[in-house]
Amino acid sequence: MCTYLTERLVLEGSAKSGERWTPVDSASVYFDHPVHANAEHSVNLDFFGDGQPGRDGARARRVALELTPAAARELAAAIERVLASAPARILAG
Amino acid sequence: MSQRRIHDLSAKTISFASADGDQIEGFLAQPTDVDRFPGVVLIHHLPGYDQATKEMALKFASTGYAALAPNLYSRDAPDAAPDDAAAIVRAQGGVPDDRLVGDVDGAARHLRAMAGGNGRVGVIGHCSGGRQAFLSACRLRLDAAVDCYGAFVVGTPPPESGLSAQPVVDLTPSLSCPLLGLFGADDKIPSPDQVAELADALRAAGKDFEFHSFDGAGHGFFSVDRPNYRVAAATRGWELIFDFFGRHLGANS
Repeated sequence: MCTYLTERLVLEGSAKSGERWTPVDSASVYFDHPVHANAEHSVNLDFFGDGQPGRDGARARRVALELTPAAARELAAAIERVLASAPARILAG
Repeated sequence: MSQRRIHDLSAKTISFASADGDQIEGFLAQPTDVDRFPGVVLIHHLPGYDQATKEMALKFASTGYAALAPNLYSRDAPDAAPDDAAAIVRAQGGVPDDRLVGDVDGAARHLRAMAGGNGRVGVIGHCSGGRQAFLSACRLRLDAAVDCYGAFVVGTPPPESGLSAQPVVDLTPSLSCPLLGLFGADDKIPSPDQVAELADALRAAGKDFEFHSFDGAGHGFFSVDRPNYRVAAATRGWELIFDFFGRHLGANS
């Protein structure tokens, strides 16, 4: 687990894990060894729900993804495509 | 090499005092069929205080050592799953060095004070724990240290990493004990050049050390449940670890 390349974001949104929705307000994005995906490295995304992640309730307030580099690029491109095709008047905010 | 004796053992989660006075969680495994045993502080990797770490503690106990693995994330994410705790600590920039050294100090004191402890304590760490093992052996009085592919003993994390870890090679003159280093020749962090730089620093400081780099192995080759596991390197690595600790800590293996 040693590329140590971590981008940290402040964001606004919600995420669902299991049956529970939670607001998310920060995220980490990093390319490093996954916990679960069967790859030596993966693009990992952690979404946190309490601004200052940590302390109690940490288990419930993290939503995590581990993606292959190709999948991560496709996801990023898909996000850009849907944003580009959305009417500008509804993109504000 | 002769077959090592496989010891009976017991293992449990304990609470022990860090040097800063905080009570933190740890996983303690120890042999139950010997009167005297050395201690090993087992520093977990960045993915956390996980099953793989605890299985390593069991391996040490079955080989005649008391092994104590501090949960370095006890304060940040108590009761969280290991991967959640690791994500939280990553987002915070990692474990502060002073706190880490205090936790290792507390674990070493606990091992020395155990009934049956022979008073000798080593430290071992993998990945981020490799750097932390080296750092601990430079800041504390220990009897042997093993650095398994520790990143950023030499070299600085890029600014975008968000991690606070800084190189610790400048502490080499303070190294208090013999050092065993195990590395993958295909690893990028630490790279073979960085391993060579650390060896140069150890040589210049007149330190007792031995390094082994395994061809065909990269980072994390001890991780039995990951694709980067390399059976030949890991098997030989464990032999070297037990030979090294046996010489410097005096296990009843």
